[in-house]
Amino acid sequence: MLFLCIGLTLFFLGTIIYFIFIRGFRVISWEFLTEVPKEAMTAGGVGPAIVGTLYLVIGAIVFALPLGIACAIYLTEYSPKSFVVNIIRMSINNLAGVPSVVFGLFGFGIFVKFFGFGVSVLSGCLTLGILVLPQIISASQEALLAVPQSYREASLAVGATHWQTIKNIVLPAASPGILTGVILSIGRVAGETAPILFTAATFYTRGFPKSIFSEVMALPYHIYALMTEGTHPEEQTQIAYGCALILLVLVLGISAVAIIIRQRQRATYE
Amino acid sequence: MNNKVKIKVEKVNFFYGKTQALKNITMDIYKNKVTAIIGPSGCGKSTLIRLFNRMNDLIPRTRFKGKIFLDGKNIYENGVDVVNIRRRVGMVFQKPNPFPKNIFDNLSYGLRINGIRDKDIIKDKVVESLKKAALWNEVKDRLQDSALELSGGQQQRLCIARCLTVEPEVILFDEPCASLDPISTKKIEELMEDLKKDYTIVIVTHNMQQAARVSQHTAFLYLGELIEYAPTDELFTVPKNKITEDYLTGKFG
Repeated sequence: MLFLCIGLTLFFLGTIIYFIFIRGFRVISWEFLTEVPKEAMTAGGVGPAIVGTLYLVIGAIVFALPLGIACAIYLTEYSPKSFVVNIIRMSINNLAGVPSVVFGLFGFGIFVKFFGFGVSVLSGCLTLGILVLPQIISASQEALLAVPQSYREASLAVGATHWQTIKNIVLPAASPGILTGVILSIGRVAGETAPILFTAATFYTRGFPKSIFSEVMALPYHIYALMTEGTHPEEQTQIAYGCALILLVLVLGISAVAIIIRQRQRATYE
Repeated sequence: MNNKVKIKVEKVNFFYGKTQALKNITMDIYKNKVTAIIGPSGCGKSTLIRLFNRMNDLIPRTRFKGKIFLDGKNIYENGVDVVNIRRRVGMVFQKPNPFPKNIFDNLSYGLRINGIRDKDIIKDKVVESLKKAALWNEVKDRLQDSALELSGGQQQRLCIARCLTVEPEVILFDEPCASLDPISTKKIEELMEDLKKDYTIVIVTHNMQQAARVSQHTAFLYLGELIEYAPTDELFTVPKNKITEDYLTGKFG
C-alpha cells in the first residue's frame, strides 16, 4: 500500500519532468538562454527573464533570511512566554497561509506606491521576501529548538553570555535546519507569479535589468504572458515550455547548491 | 575543624512551579575538599548544585528563596554578574556534552569567549588543561578530530578539561560517571583526587561507594531535605539519623 503511494508520487513527478522536458528542450539553445525576445515573442531568447528571476530569488532571500533568523532567535531564545508573544507566533503561522496574490497587492500598495520604488526589482524582492518570511521563521525556529539544551548549558557553564552562546554554538548547530527552510523558500520565490505581477514583472524589456529600480522580466510571469497574450499561440507555447524547463533546472540548481552547503554543515555539526 | 568555607548555603528553598524541590537547606562547602551529595533519585541533589552556578535560572517557572554565598558574597543578590559566577564555578554534566566541534576548538572556546586572543596563550592553556584532565596522551595527535569521535569516558574528561581552561575556583560534578563504564569511572575518580589540590569540588552521585571513595564530606538529601551532613567517614560508619542508616544499608533507594 505504502509502496503504491510512493510509486504514484514518483509517477506524477516523473511525468511532469518528462512532459516539460520533451516539449521544452527543442527550443533550448545558447541563443535562447542569452538573447532578448525578438519578433513579437516568437523568436530570440529569454535571457532577461532568466536574469530577472535570479535577481528576484537572490534579493528576496538576502532580505528575508537575516530578518527571519533574527525573528526566530527572538521568539525561541529571548521572548518571555506571554500572551502577546503567543499572538505573534500565531500571526506568523497565519501569514504563511495568506494567498500570494494578496501579498502582491500589499507589495504594490506599500513598495510600489507608498515608498515610490515603482515596479522594480526592489519592490519585487521585498514582496517576495515578505511572502517567504513566515516559512523561514518557522524553519529557523524549529531548527533552533532542536539544538540540544546540553550545548547551551555547556557554553553558559564556561562563562559565555547568552548572546555568545547563540552566536557560537546554537546558530551553527541549527544552520542545516535553517538552510532547509531556505531551500524550500527558493523554490517558492522562483515560481511565484502573483506577487510580482504588480510589483516587478513586465512582459518585455529591451535588454537586461540595469538597476534595482528597473522593471524585469521573470520566467513564471513570462510563461503566463506567453500563454495568455500575443498573436502567435503556436510558437509562443513552445517558448513557454522552454521557459518552464529552464525554471525547473534553475530551481534545482540553486537548491543543489544550498543542499551541498547543508551537507557540509551537517558533516561538522552532527 | 580548620576548614575554610568556600560556599555557604543558607536557608535555601527551591520550587518548580508549585512543587517544592528543596526545603530550607543550610550547609557549608569547604575549600579544596571534595563534598559529595547523595540521596535517592528525585531528592533534589542536582537541583541543589545547579543553584551554585545559577544554572537553574534557565528553567522557566522556578522560584528561589534563600542565600548562597561564594567567598562571602551572595550570588543571588540583585546586580550580580551571573556570567562571572559561572566562570568561577565550573560544571561537568551527567551526560558528556562536548560541542560538535573539533577537540581543540572545544577547549579554546571558553578562552576565546572570555576575550583571550593570543594564539600561544590559548594553545598553552589547552595543552595544560588536557594534561590536568589526564587526556593529553590519548588525544595529542588528533586535536583537529571531532570531539564526538571520542569514547564516552574520553568525552567526559574532555568536558572536565573544557571546564578547567577558564580556571574556575569550584567544579560541580553532576553525576559525572552515570553513563560511563567502570574503567572510565575510576579514571575520573582519580582525577578528582588530583584536582582537589587546586579546586573546590562538589559531586552529586547516586552511587554511595563512589561518595565514600572520593569525598571528605557527604550530605544526604531525602525528599528535598538535608537529613545529615558530616565528614564522609563518620556519615558512613556512624550515621546519626535513622533514615540515613536505612538508605546506606540499602533498606530503600
